[in-house]
Amino acid sequence: MTNGWNDIKNADLILVMGGNPAENHPCGFKWAIKARQERGAKIICVDPRFNRTAAVSDIFLQIRPGSDIAFMGGLINYVLQNKKYNEEYIKHFTNAAYIVKDTYSFDPQTGLFSGYDPEKRKYDQSLWGYELDENGTAKKDMTLQHPRCVLQLMKEFYSRYTPEVVEKLTGIPKDKFLEVAKLIAETSAPDKAMTHLYALGWTHHSTGTQLIGSMAILQLLLGNIGVPGGAINALRGHANVQGMTDLAGEGRFLPGYLRPPRADHQSLKDHIQANTPKAVDTSMNFWSNYGKFYISLLKAWYGNSATPENEFAYHYLPKIEKLISMDEILDRMYKGKMEGFVSVGMNILASNPNVRKIAEGLGKLKWMVVIDVFETEMAGFWKYVDDSSKIKTEVFLLPAALFAEKEGSFTNSGRVIKWKYKAVDPPGEAKDELWIAGQLWMRLKNLYKKEGGKFPDPILNLTWNFQNPYYPTAEEVLREMNGYALADLTDDKGNVVVKKGERLPGFGVLRDDGTTACGMWLYSGIFPQSGNRAKSTDLSDPSGLGVYPGYGYSWPANRRILYNRASADPSGKPWSEKKKYLWWNEAEGKWVGYDVPDIKPDLTPDYGPFIMLPEGRGRLFCAPLVDGPFPEHYEPFESPVENILHPKTPHNPVVKIYKSDLDLLGKPDEFPYVATTYRVVEHFHYWTKHIYGTSVLVPNMFIEIPEELAKELGVKEGDKVRVVTARGSAEGYVLPTKRIKPLTINGKKVYTVGIPIHWGNEGVVKGALANMITPFVWDPNSQTPEFKGFLCRLEKVKA
Amino acid sequence: MATVTTEGTVGLGLRRVSASKSPDQSVKQADQLAILVDISSCIGCKACEAACSQWHDLKPPLNVGQQAFFGYQSGPGLAPNLFMYMRFQEEETPNGLVWAITKYQCMHCADPGCLKACPSPGAIVQYANGVVDFDHSKCIGCKFCLSGCPFDVPRYDANNKPWKCNFCIDRVSAGLEPMCVKTCPTNALHFGTKEEMLIRANKLLEGLKKRGFEKASIYDPPGVGGTGYIYLLPHGDKPEMYGLPKEASISPLVSLWKGPLKLIGSIVLWGTLLGAFLQLILFGPIKVGKKHKKEE
Repeated sequence: MTNGWNDIKNADLILVMGGNPAENHPCGFKWAIKARQERGAKIICVDPRFNRTAAVSDIFLQIRPGSDIAFMGGLINYVLQNKKYNEEYIKHFTNAAYIVKDTYSFDPQTGLFSGYDPEKRKYDQSLWGYELDENGTAKKDMTLQHPRCVLQLMKEFYSRYTPEVVEKLTGIPKDKFLEVAKLIAETSAPDKAMTHLYALGWTHHSTGTQLIGSMAILQLLLGNIGVPGGAINALRGHANVQGMTDLAGEGRFLPGYLRPPRADHQSLKDHIQANTPKAVDTSMNFWSNYGKFYISLLKAWYGNSATPENEFAYHYLPKIEKLISMDEILDRMYKGKMEGFVSVGMNILASNPNVRKIAEGLGKLKWMVVIDVFETEMAGFWKYVDDSSKIKTEVFLLPAALFAEKEGSFTNSGRVIKWKYKAVDPPGEAKDELWIAGQLWMRLKNLYKKEGGKFPDPILNLTWNFQNPYYPTAEEVLREMNGYALADLTDDKGNVVVKKGERLPGFGVLRDDGTTACGMWLYSGIFPQSGNRAKSTDLSDPSGLGVYPGYGYSWPANRRILYNRASADPSGKPWSEKKKYLWWNEAEGKWVGYDVPDIKPDLTPDYGPFIMLPEGRGRLFCAPLVDGPFPEHYEPFESPVENILHPKTPHNPVVKIYKSDLDLLGKPDEFPYVATTYRVVEHFHYWTKHIYGTSVLVPNMFIEIPEELAKELGVKEGDKVRVVTARGSAEGYVLPTKRIKPLTINGKKVYTVGIPIHWGNEGVVKGALANMITPFVWDPNSQTPEFKGFLCRLEKVKA
Repeated sequence: MATVTTEGTVGLGLRRVSASKSPDQSVKQADQLAILVDISSCIGCKACEAACSQWHDLKPPLNVGQQAFFGYQSGPGLAPNLFMYMRFQEEETPNGLVWAITKYQCMHCADPGCLKACPSPGAIVQYANGVVDFDHSKCIGCKFCLSGCPFDVPRYDANNKPWKCNFCIDRVSAGLEPMCVKTCPTNALHFGTKEEMLIRANKLLEGLKKRGFEKASIYDPPGVGGTGYIYLLPHGDKPEMYGLPKEASISPLVSLWKGPLKLIGSIVLWGTLLGAFLQLILFGPIKVGKKHKKEE
């Protein structure tokens, strides 16, 4: 979330698209209800199904799964054509005025951007950059008239997304679309804001990242980023998945979104240089501090063994040749290229696409460790393999403690880190993961100590300063993340600001000379000398805007709204009294307001608010995305219709195509219906079916289909049906509903089938794994599977 | 925020007791309590349903298999081990599709049909705060409460004892809100005095009307003297859509049994007893043996 949960109450319009917060984030959704009750905000829900959010929304639009970019393109086009954007905002706070190199182009006939290599299925992204002057500064045309300025390119690009085209692609009638477009465009007024709530309904596409990019464009055009009640709010699916992401939950990151060393970065200097961008405009260019964060991380990990002479132990870290993301892991496993697998609190069999491929893959491992609170489907994967007699995988199941059975912190979707106390002891032999990690580490280390090895240094020299090395406490780990001074730290005038050995007050004091250690720069400041700020529970809200600065600790630097400098106009005055949040105090020469400024406090207003970018400005044109600088509509890899915009390039052209014997895709003649998977509020993923009290709430796996389709198929509520796709099948009880209507897509009648995911063959209630049928297709930027929008047919199961 | 702001105690003073005289109301007083269910803010998450079962230590029925498929509902309805459930109904209206999701449980009528129908003294009580509760030690298992209930609420267990929502009387009398209210994530459930809840409901009603729900209304059926659960219905002209009877009232049979029939019944009963007594003192006990002897 660029804002936070509480801030939703400040919105004038709440657009829910790509998520179902009433269902999946019921506690957070209260802020949307509050906005409506207290400010008369409207809630608009755009979804393939009339879901629980739709049940309490003011407007509901049913969209075809996988056509969201078409809808967003239509909105962007509407805003541009009707000049509904906030002109001052886009001129000064976005790259609208930047001039793009003439090597960039887009061919609407082929649907391809310039620089496409069909062999490698890759673009040459260097063709898409800005024109720079001799100082390396981006060229701009502040009149926004230059034919190659971003705004003009964007206008031309989205001119194809007329309301008629939107209707043909999405199934949303033109008049309904225009009614909503008008409401959304009105939020560009200085005293109004729209917030957008999304979750996996948007990420689960082969164009997921582009989809979110399209909302970034819309919200920037409307001036809705950085202001109270605005934002793009990603609603995270687990209590602490934000914390997991922050702490390098993905292979492409080290803690705090730093990068792992790459094979082509043979020295620390190379690595830091490659990851330190150069400012192309008046930008704080925050990533210029990359080296400080990186070296402080290495110091936290390797302490005295990290010296300037050995490049701060940079070479202790493995250098990766290519990104190994989940799709790659699963594919390698299937090809028998992996030996072992450790899974901590993850059910990769149930939560990834094409269960058969994953189960077969797990059967090719030598060993697998599953650390979980239940005996998951993954732990018993062989039940999903055709011939389990050949499996040699040795499975170790380590029972872990549930969240309430251990101490630690949660980082919520709004980046607020909150301490959580242990309520009860874990049952039986279940153990806190910190205990498991401590035991594992110490035993490995002792083995290396005793037996040596090819390269024992990274193991033997790792800092492990815990009172009980076999069981570190969560606070000890948090202290290490916060960081501490390895020498007296002085300011410009030579005054000591942090004494040697003291914990750091924040990432502002980090150094690249080895005098600071910090395990996670983004969380630095959470555990200063004064104590653990995640434990603070001050409920005061001086501004009344739901900032609650004393409640928990919000990364970065306890800032609640990101990019909040943009809540003031280019001169530093609030856009309106109603949305007053942060402003430039001329007399004192600094930024003041209700929140921690998201900019250096004394940096003059001509600096851009988007401090993490070398432009300092939000990107309407985003060259670093691998599949194009502007979001374009591509059909899902299984689609009931051709791509009417460019039939020659129906799908996202840079998506990696997996070609094993189990990577099958279906065609609409055999599989005529569009399917989408989702969750229901009564269940938490594949966990709660293990508990009686939650199992009874929705006990049966079911398949939602339009009433019209039920009539066509001759099935009634409670009949058993089988959903069949090219990959496999899943059975469930059919629930004919008025809440999914047949859609007309470019003249063709299209049915949507809805499949909730929570069942499996373990637990109190059992049912099919929905992912038996989903395709092994992944977003090329985020490597997220395409669960929303694939093809199926239905068969009645005889009783 | 649900807080009880009654003047005086919210204790367990009694207002009415089944098949008995009303206790003296001047001894103990309490304000009428109520829960407001704001349907327009309810997302049907069933947190209340789960919390209810948990607080009351219930093991609700597990409805699995083809014969027991109820879509989004946990089951077909109330059960002796399920005091409340969420009811789901889809309905096309002139304003578009409505997914009516309703919390369903005992309504705690001001004029409780169950209590009126109950023939066993003290088996059903209405506390001074309006909560209607069962006392199983005095229940004779006759099921009259079920026929007296306009909302089809009491459910009998294997021992022939009826169960239903008791408004978390244990929590409420200790100054806590009922469990469902405490759990509700969207503040769709409000708890307080009936007076407060009506004020709040009217304020929310205004907002709903402004949003275009012209037929919105507050459901507090006068046929049962008003209820302890009141509902804010966006489509107030169609309470049936939410599973609520349009005209809730006590079955005429119960009024008959409590009114003229009770009188006639009493006359018959007392007449019979009087006759028997007169027979005894005037003619002595009837001796069956005599007849036998005669026949011999």
